[in-house]
Amino acid sequence: MPTGNSQQDPGHRQLGHRSAELRLAIRDTIGVGLGLFPIGLAFGVLVVQSGFDWWWAPLFSTVVYAGSMEFLMVGLITAATPLTSIAATTFLVNSRHLFYALSFPRHRVEGPLAKAYATYALTDEAYALTATKTHDEMSSTRIIAIQVLCQSYWVSGGIIGALSGSALPSSLKGFGFALVALFAVLAVDAIRATGDIASPVLGVGCALIAMNIAPNQMLVVALSLYVVATLIRYRKRRFSIVAEGPETGMCDAD
Amino acid sequence: MPTNAAIAVSLLVAGAVSVALRALPFLVIEPLRRSPVVRYLGTHLPAGIMVILTIYSLSGVPLRTWPNALPETLALGATIGLHLWRRNAVLSILAGTGLYVVLSSWVFASGGSIA
Repeated sequence: MPTGNSQQDPGHRQLGHRSAELRLAIRDTIGVGLGLFPIGLAFGVLVVQSGFDWWWAPLFSTVVYAGSMEFLMVGLITAATPLTSIAATTFLVNSRHLFYALSFPRHRVEGPLAKAYATYALTDEAYALTATKTHDEMSSTRIIAIQVLCQSYWVSGGIIGALSGSALPSSLKGFGFALVALFAVLAVDAIRATGDIASPVLGVGCALIAMNIAPNQMLVVALSLYVVATLIRYRKRRFSIVAEGPETGMCDAD
Repeated sequence: MPTNAAIAVSLLVAGAVSVALRALPFLVIEPLRRSPVVRYLGTHLPAGIMVILTIYSLSGVPLRTWPNALPETLALGATIGLHLWRRNAVLSILAGTGLYVVLSSWVFASGGSIA
């Protein structure tokens, strides 16, 4: 191991850079961890209370690793749901992930194994933490560390919840609100980063429409409407730029 | 209770669909990364998606029965207000969640729809 403190030593500098990126990732994920860990605990309790052995909790969270779907799977499996229904439900519940590839900075992740893990572990939280920052500030180390930490909070919560079972005090409740707060905070950050007010207004509109026309598939419908609405905005913007003369780039902000 | 093998097969099916949904778009997206429309979506989607996820995570809260989403409204207002003021994500989430736990555990005896 290099022990010199010369700033010219590239290996040493890279090592220091990597631990700085790890610290950033830890700081990035503290807020999410406050939501993931207690909800993981609740998931672990649910697994054992539903009749599964405790070790199924970490297996659920590694094989499926999609929080809301894991909760659903507990009920689906105990009801002996056919595999085709399980596949269709998973597709509907998780189809929002189709949109995440558009702005998740996977192109910043180096190495095929790391890329594969980044894809497998592309949860709502990982997407929220990485896509709301500029892609240039997200290094490969930071992205992977964020995802490993998120999964660690979730899996360790599940294991502890499953092992302690129903012994947990039930007088305190409401920790699940941390995920609501997380999404709200990230929405504020994303609006600040782009200065774009139309996007959240469109988001609210799409969510309200989806709640009324498809309450059971609200999330998928709202996201689909929102992508379509954003595409229409892009077309209108491009049309107006073409009409006025192409003096500026279409998407210089990144 | 289903057998361990049946549980494992169910998990593998759900896991395969989950990973496929996360992986397949990249096969199309990676070559399109430089296209103007993809870059536009990448810049303009996150804010609205976060708003939709916020509303979705609150969508199980009943509005018409007491306490009429009052704990959620107060805690969400505190979270957003604090974040606009201090710009500290951990502080905003911690304070908002702390307020919600207090409101739903003690202040509104039967209130608080989020576990």
